[in-house]
Amino acid sequence: MSGILGKKIGMTSIFDDNGQMIPCTVIEAGPCFVTQIKTKGTDGYDAVQLGFDEIKERLVNKPMKGHFKKGGVKPLRLISEFRNFNGTKLELGQEVRVDNFQQGDVVDVIGRSKGRGFQGVVKRHHFGGVGMTTHGQSDRVRAPGSIGASSYPSRVMKGRRMAGRMGGERVTVKNLMVLKVIAESNILIVKGSVPGAINSYLEIVKQS
Amino acid sequence: MDKMKLIEAMQLKTDVPTFSSGDTINVHVRVVEGDKERIQQFQGVVIARRGAGLNSTFTVRKISDGVGVERIFPLHSPRIAKIERVKEGKVRRSKLYYLRKLAAKQVTQKTSA
Repeated sequence: MSGILGKKIGMTSIFDDNGQMIPCTVIEAGPCFVTQIKTKGTDGYDAVQLGFDEIKERLVNKPMKGHFKKGGVKPLRLISEFRNFNGTKLELGQEVRVDNFQQGDVVDVIGRSKGRGFQGVVKRHHFGGVGMTTHGQSDRVRAPGSIGASSYPSRVMKGRRMAGRMGGERVTVKNLMVLKVIAESNILIVKGSVPGAINSYLEIVKQS
Repeated sequence: MDKMKLIEAMQLKTDVPTFSSGDTINVHVRVVEGDKERIQQFQGVVIARRGAGLNSTFTVRKISDGVGVERIFPLHSPRIAKIERVKEGKVRRSKLYYLRKLAAKQVTQKTSA
């Protein structure tokens, strides 16, 4: 497995070899730096910690400053861990660039979805709503319906899907094809859409 | 957003001829049959141009065996080998959807000077 951290730049489309127009997402991926290497002996599991997006030193608190100093890298905004980074042997402070990826690779992209605020059940859970606007009813079109039985059990079962906050969660989109890698400008183009707004951070993971 | 523009600019054609709605054009389309590639021509009246940049398309209408045929081409598609302007048209609007209702003779009347 290998991975990289990146930032969503936007969506566009690209012509493939057959002249077909393919929707795609442009990601600014890397350069990332190895900030810590966790091993089974010291941490109980093997993992590689990568950092992305340089920031000014005054924005970093003291503990994190020390952490970056240990790795010999500049202060970074985003830090994330990747397990089973077996394929390549990485050293502390090493740069991880987008050229680990190739056209045709299949990747998973993890991001934080756009926040939708407080939403009803029709939008949030794809309920069908209850009634119509005619035949004596006027306010049941987007209603959730019954939320349980009466005197037994006299309560609403746990896990019942209702209205509430939607979005802003960690979402993984699996098996996206890499359409293009532009190594000199750190750009990765994947087929289809990825979670999150423009300029939100993404983890890109290549299984295998 | 600069990087987005860069990626779109990489795919834009630089040799697109100028043509507009009302013009009669001949589009040379690359067609792949099995492992062979050949050029197919589609000649007709441009009835619409829309979109900007990479997303721009144009619609060509012709009457084939008495049946109206319209094709929408992405302007920057690599499948388009060449666009020839056969005749310049003179029309008073940018979207000529009303040509669909007219007979072939009226179409030539409407699009010529």
